[in-house]
Amino acid sequence: MLFQIFSKKKTIKLGLYGPANSGKSTLANKISKDWLGEKMSSVSHIPHETREVIVKEKIVIKNKSRELTFNLVDTPGIATRIDYEDFMKYKMTKEKSKQRAKEATRGVIEAIKWLDDMDVVIVVLDSTENPYSQVNITIIGNLVARMIPIIVVGNKIDLKKANLKRVESAFPQYDVVGISALRGRNMEELYESLFKAVR
Amino acid sequence: MGLILRFVPYGDIEILELDEKIKYLLDIVKDKNIVLMGGRLKPEEEAALIQKTMEGISKKFKGVELCTIFPEEKNLDLFRKIKKNFASMVLGNREGLTIIGPASIIKEIKRDPNKIQLFTVSTRR
Repeated sequence: MLFQIFSKKKTIKLGLYGPANSGKSTLANKISKDWLGEKMSSVSHIPHETREVIVKEKIVIKNKSRELTFNLVDTPGIATRIDYEDFMKYKMTKEKSKQRAKEATRGVIEAIKWLDDMDVVIVVLDSTENPYSQVNITIIGNLVARMIPIIVVGNKIDLKKANLKRVESAFPQYDVVGISALRGRNMEELYESLFKAVR
Repeated sequence: MGLILRFVPYGDIEILELDEKIKYLLDIVKDKNIVLMGGRLKPEEEAALIQKTMEGISKKFKGVELCTIFPEEKNLDLFRKIKKNFASMVLGNREGLTIIGPASIIKEIKRDPNKIQLFTVSTRR
């Protein structure tokens, strides 16, 4: 059935979802750079850098036998709490922190609204963090309820604190792909998972 | 001041419409209480809860911490899984427990995976 859906569609919407600071925009940049030669999102160590949905159209990825055209949708990180004072810890002014918090709340709402439009989603998790967070469970639960194919990625495997096994044991029903979007590690496996998800 | 835990039986909210259900729960949390709800919200209700939380963020309300625990399904045979999923679809998911607390009080809820730890925000006296 999925094959029929995708074969009728010319361009697939591939969404990047996950909590704040899991590396969605770094991954978006890596995919865009690999196949279009250009970046698409700004990145920062300060959470909620992406506060609007960003779309890069017509990315064509290829393997030996197939090619896949999709619009890549980088979404703001989903969160259940946003406190402007958290941004002030990164030496932002009070005004800028308040503005960022306001935009971040709108971003979360927008990201959730976009869920219905997705054809495939890469759930980007930070493999150095506890995977059993409710945000992760809520994102995956909503994708399952909408019958949207999911690829679970454990990002930041280049860091010492990374624990991919923990991500795998939290989501045993998925083949978790461990990557480092920043260093470009294991991207081939991710692209192959994408071809499998979009049969 | 101590923590106030408010138990909400699933039966109290199951008849409510989505918006009413979310408002009911968020009103309790905005009063600085921690909700202990029997059962769990549907995924789309959890998403709506997050959306409504974001809409309500203000100087006083910083958001929520949310956690659900539910029995492991991996040991159930296929028939029991189907039976359970059907019952959940018809009656709502009454199994498990949902905790929702105000972010100004609950710093973090850790589930790992069968126990829950509530970390509260430290306050100066």
